[in-house]
Amino acid sequence: MATANIEVSETPLVLYALRRADDALILGHRLSEWCGHAPMLEEDMALSNIALDLIGQARELYSYAAKVEGKDNDEDKLAYLRDVRQYRNLLLVEQPNGDFAQTLVRQFLYSAFADLYWRAMTASRDATLAAIAAKSEKESAYHLRHASEWLIRLGDGTDESHARAQAAIDHLWAFTGEMFAVDDGERALIHAGIAIDPGTLRGRWLQTVSGVIGEATLVLPQNDWMQQGGRSGRHSEHLGHLLSELQSMQRTFPGLTW
Amino acid sequence: MYTQALNTAETDDRGLEDAAKAAQFQARIDAEERIEPNDWMPAAYRKTLTRQISQHAHSEVVGMLPEGNWITRAPTLRRKAALLAKVQDECGHGLYLYAAAETLGSSREELVDAMLAGKAKYSSIFNYPTLTWADIGTIGWLVDGAAIMNQIPLCRCSYGPYARAMIRVCKEESFHQRQGYEIMLTLCRGSDEQKAMAQDSLNRWWWPVLMMFGPPDATSQHSDTSTKWKIKRFSNDELRQKFVDATVPQAQYLGLTIPDPGMKRDADGHWRYSEIDWAEFKQVLAGNGPCNRDRMAARRKAHEDGAWVREAAAAYAAKRAQRQTAQAAE
Repeated sequence: MATANIEVSETPLVLYALRRADDALILGHRLSEWCGHAPMLEEDMALSNIALDLIGQARELYSYAAKVEGKDNDEDKLAYLRDVRQYRNLLLVEQPNGDFAQTLVRQFLYSAFADLYWRAMTASRDATLAAIAAKSEKESAYHLRHASEWLIRLGDGTDESHARAQAAIDHLWAFTGEMFAVDDGERALIHAGIAIDPGTLRGRWLQTVSGVIGEATLVLPQNDWMQQGGRSGRHSEHLGHLLSELQSMQRTFPGLTW
Repeated sequence: MYTQALNTAETDDRGLEDAAKAAQFQARIDAEERIEPNDWMPAAYRKTLTRQISQHAHSEVVGMLPEGNWITRAPTLRRKAALLAKVQDECGHGLYLYAAAETLGSSREELVDAMLAGKAKYSSIFNYPTLTWADIGTIGWLVDGAAIMNQIPLCRCSYGPYARAMIRVCKEESFHQRQGYEIMLTLCRGSDEQKAMAQDSLNRWWWPVLMMFGPPDATSQHSDTSTKWKIKRFSNDELRQKFVDATVPQAQYLGLTIPDPGMKRDADGHWRYSEIDWAEFKQVLAGNGPCNRDRMAARRKAHEDGAWVREAAAAYAAKRAQRQTAQAAE
């Protein structure tokens, strides 16, 4: 049946591109949920803009994954015809929007990482990935600035905004460890100079994050237990609902051109 | 997206104003000069424009909701990005229209509060639901198409900030219109199910779109003043006819049927449509359209849920200003 999930041959490079594409698509999708409902028109614009950047990154990465795989898949099949267990994104990016503080903290934690990550990836020996990184790095730098400025305003704003921002940090912190984890397949890519080791970015990431959180008069959580599983398809319950919405047209009307 | 021809001009109150200034003002309008924010203008001109521009701004913002309804379900990544960018454009139109309205002396907050309190109108078209993906095509093709018909003459509106805003808005709307038509074209070249989806969508939107041009000229009472002030350059019926004449061949090209069995082409080449159900229009304006309550509820919720964020931003800005003053004093 055409609505069935596609099969993907997840060689290390295909899996690598899929993971980053899934991060970008899922986070972009989450941000797009705000469009028309943000606290002010300027943020309807800004969140949509960031969502568009991320969806753009996802499209390039999916297309590259499809090209490397060399089968019948394309960006839309990869996005619309894989189920929860085949999605490879970080648990962080699939977390629901919650209030504006939770959305901004999620963005802040991710962008602080993506900014460093894509900048380092511009040195990849894989020309396509290096080109995607060069574009993504510029976008991520802007996303980080937007999220940092908001986090400071919320943390150092009113008692209510401070409490909401702190609650969001406490809630999302456990999803940050996964950004730095690497499996064997990816380690091989790192050795080949195609990918970079995210573990080497952890110190600088923490420095950026603590700096902004400090300026926002907020604190880092003490609990350092980290959730993992997104990279291998063990997700939170939230992702299935997101995908059922995202994929509803392709699942209902299989194989058509839109 | 759109200003509806609901706007009725204030009655001319020149009698209460300096007659010489009023005459000079009208002479400038007659000479096709632009009126700018700091220029003298009759109070009724200011009030008419504030109402029209703010209604237009509200329409852009409320108009984000029916299309936003499909952002998370767009059928491909390309369509998803295009739709999100389009809705973002509408938001941008809202922002600069509020800015244009502010040049007349009312703040965005006041204008938004009036809309949320149900005292200001927005275009009736957004009180209809988007039920299928084809509705995203139809809105771009017809709703934005109707908006362009109405807004092109507004690029020459006598009030400078509004006219300039319309130039940019029209450029973006014309892109949206082509994008909507392209969605329809793709559906009409697709499967039987897709064609049926496109036809069903046209059936549901056709009459509400014709209503976007406002009541028929025979019943529209206040157009004279707006015409004299060169805010309005064509009557509701003139614009509606132009739109129908432009749209019928587009529908034919798509292979879709306009849901008006009485439609005929007259000797002058105009497509004459049947009587519009103005009772439905009145009901929608009165708040009884299929989505009036949902649209208002969504806008109020966004506003109320966002209150703490806006307060935090204001509190932070105040603290920062205070710190800077303290630092400067040291």
